[in-house]
Amino acid sequence: MDALTIHRLHFAFTVTFHYLFPQLTMGLALLILILKTMALRTGNPHYASAARFWAKIFAINFAMGVVTGIPMEFQFGTNWSRFAKSAGGVIGQTLAMEGVFSFFLESSFLGAFLFGEKRLGPKAHWVTALLVFLGSWASGFLIVATDAWMQHPVGYAVGSHGEMLLTSFWSLLLNPWVGWQYLHTMSGSVVTAGVVMASIGAFYLLTSSHQEHGRTFVRIGVIAAIAATVVLLFPSGDGQGRNIAWHQPVTLAAMEGLFDTEQGAPLAILGQPDMDRKRLDNPLVVPRALSFLTYQSWKAEVKGLDSFPPQNWPDNVPLIYYSYHIMVGLGTIFGVVLALAAFKLWRGSLYKSHGLLWVLMMMLPFPYIANTAGWITAEVGRQPWLIYGIMRTPAGVSAQVSSGNALFTLIGFLGIYTILAILFLFLVYREIEEGPEPAPAA
Amino acid sequence: METIWFWLVACMLAAYVIFDGFDFGAGIVHFFVARTGAERRTVLSTVGPVWDGNEVWLLAAGGTLYFAFPALYASSFSGFYLPLMMVLWLLILRGVSIEFRNHVQSPVWQPLWDAGFSIASVLLAIFFGAALGNVVRGVPLDAQGEFFLPLWTDWTPGKSPGILDWYTVLSGLAALAALALHGSLWVALKTGGEIERRARRAASVVWWAVLVLVALLTLASFGIQPRLRASFDARPWGWIFPFLAMAALVSIEEMNRRSQERAAFLSSCLFLATMLVSAAFGLYPSVLPSNGDPANSLTISNASAAHYGQVIGLVWFIPGMALAAAYLVYAYRSFAGKVRVEGDAE
Repeated sequence: MDALTIHRLHFAFTVTFHYLFPQLTMGLALLILILKTMALRTGNPHYASAARFWAKIFAINFAMGVVTGIPMEFQFGTNWSRFAKSAGGVIGQTLAMEGVFSFFLESSFLGAFLFGEKRLGPKAHWVTALLVFLGSWASGFLIVATDAWMQHPVGYAVGSHGEMLLTSFWSLLLNPWVGWQYLHTMSGSVVTAGVVMASIGAFYLLTSSHQEHGRTFVRIGVIAAIAATVVLLFPSGDGQGRNIAWHQPVTLAAMEGLFDTEQGAPLAILGQPDMDRKRLDNPLVVPRALSFLTYQSWKAEVKGLDSFPPQNWPDNVPLIYYSYHIMVGLGTIFGVVLALAAFKLWRGSLYKSHGLLWVLMMMLPFPYIANTAGWITAEVGRQPWLIYGIMRTPAGVSAQVSSGNALFTLIGFLGIYTILAILFLFLVYREIEEGPEPAPAA
Repeated sequence: METIWFWLVACMLAAYVIFDGFDFGAGIVHFFVARTGAERRTVLSTVGPVWDGNEVWLLAAGGTLYFAFPALYASSFSGFYLPLMMVLWLLILRGVSIEFRNHVQSPVWQPLWDAGFSIASVLLAIFFGAALGNVVRGVPLDAQGEFFLPLWTDWTPGKSPGILDWYTVLSGLAALAALALHGSLWVALKTGGEIERRARRAASVVWWAVLVLVALLTLASFGIQPRLRASFDARPWGWIFPFLAMAALVSIEEMNRRSQERAAFLSSCLFLATMLVSAAFGLYPSVLPSNGDPANSLTISNASAAHYGQVIGLVWFIPGMALAAAYLVYAYRSFAGKVRVEGDAE
């Protein structure tokens, strides 16, 4: 294996593993804030006890997010030094801002939030939950802004040694790519948190333990997840799709498996990209739908891969095609299941619907898969560019770090993260088994 | 503008060493000052609520360094590839040890994570000290400002050094001793009874090791890196920093003997800060000297980000850090006084 492939896998593996944790904590921060708000408004200690249970799950996930997050900041320099050197003048801003504006906020108040409920009283404790929520969502924004600049670079000039110079701070933060991508990412995070909450709630109802908490978890989880799923599809998914159509048309062609430019292009639901024959095998398509979704016209021309020189194609078209279809497919299934659950909730029969509770419980891993598939679509879709249109991926790697060294540390991370994953599951399992403490009788 | 950022980054790194330094130090002396499970839990509870915030200084300092001097970040992080990866793994071990220790009550689980916490703290202190030693000694930068160092070569800081040679090992050991002292003083400040007594005794023993190692390190540094002497000769007012460091070191022992725990700990903060500032003063305007052709050295001018970015950075950095300082004052106020731990399963 060449060094470049190993460096790419190194980043891909560590970032994918890392994002399993923040995607829960960002969404969960919002749900905990909702529980704390309900506790404050109703004065019902049941909601405070529910928030306390999720705070314990939050703390374990947060610790995992911190320890797997530090390697991400380091890897720009260790494995991608030429990229770090030339882009540092721009993305150094957002990365440094994350440390200054978000991490200090989160870390200072997380301790108060986790251990200070008795000492602070309900109102001040609610404020700490709010500040932890703001810190984690600010962190998400600054990371998405960093990625958005790599997807769609704006507000820069190229200096005399080929380095990028920031020319407009506000263009960097208000990049047209940021808005939809941030909303899409955060809705995905709320879906994960909502589904995890509903899933644990369904587990309690099905095992006849912690029934009252189980009902609350199912109710709040389902409502949050269905609301966020709607935002995922429209407007954020739609907006994100149009960003790609305008700025990365070749990526759109790869995602949709569209090999030939067509007027009235079809939307592929199923099918396998065949890279040898340059076509989609065994396709199941909705005629003209892609043209309509992209340009609001049934007859609009959509550029296929054949409109672009092959050296500008993403280097793994099938991976993008499948990741994208897995993400959209799962999103659609979430929409159907959650809409049904929300309907039964409204009719008051959800807590007794064993079948649907089973489905909710088993849904737990799928939002993680959908979020991961979405990021693979975005980041493999950015290829062959590291900074879209400016720097190709091979130009950004640390040339002086040999493939042997990179492989050694990749294997090291594989081993360490396996142990971390086992520890994590063990500790979360114990918290779930122990369950929330019953609220004191009012 | 580059000079402002040089000192801001230096201050961020010094803040990192002072803050995370005391929880490293607590880890280093963990097994010496705390003998029973309950005592170890007490020592851990002196760092438990703050270690994560302390580590944020590393991320914030790293981010600030990257943003202000991208070429320095790129060159040093890739050149020190292997040791940095090991630092990451040790940081993971250490964070997990602190966070997960109290989740399970078992005679095997807790000692296991106590050991993880302590070993990771010892090794990280040595690694960070050795890293600073590498920066002072210089590295074989080429004309593109890149280098790659093996872990060791012939253990001498000559023209083809490794990351470890006798000089960087000496600076690693000096850092280990200085942080052990810093951590003992922190534990003495935050605990009472038997633990406090042991921590104070540990501090007075380690103090002698710090004195000897730092004296040796200072002599060796002036011998190996002629730039240091040149800087202090050119701007003699800079001698104030090493003298302040000496005064702070004397004050640590004096205050510790008089049982003035807070003054002793603050003296230790001053000692670490002035030592680091002395090193930064001596290297300025270099940020990573070359050990060969001086023209290849990375300096505040050739490693710096563009002017506009640095000016804009100042606009958000100052209010951002003012806010951060306010959070920290809040967090440390609500954590003031000696820690008390109720009930431990032993």
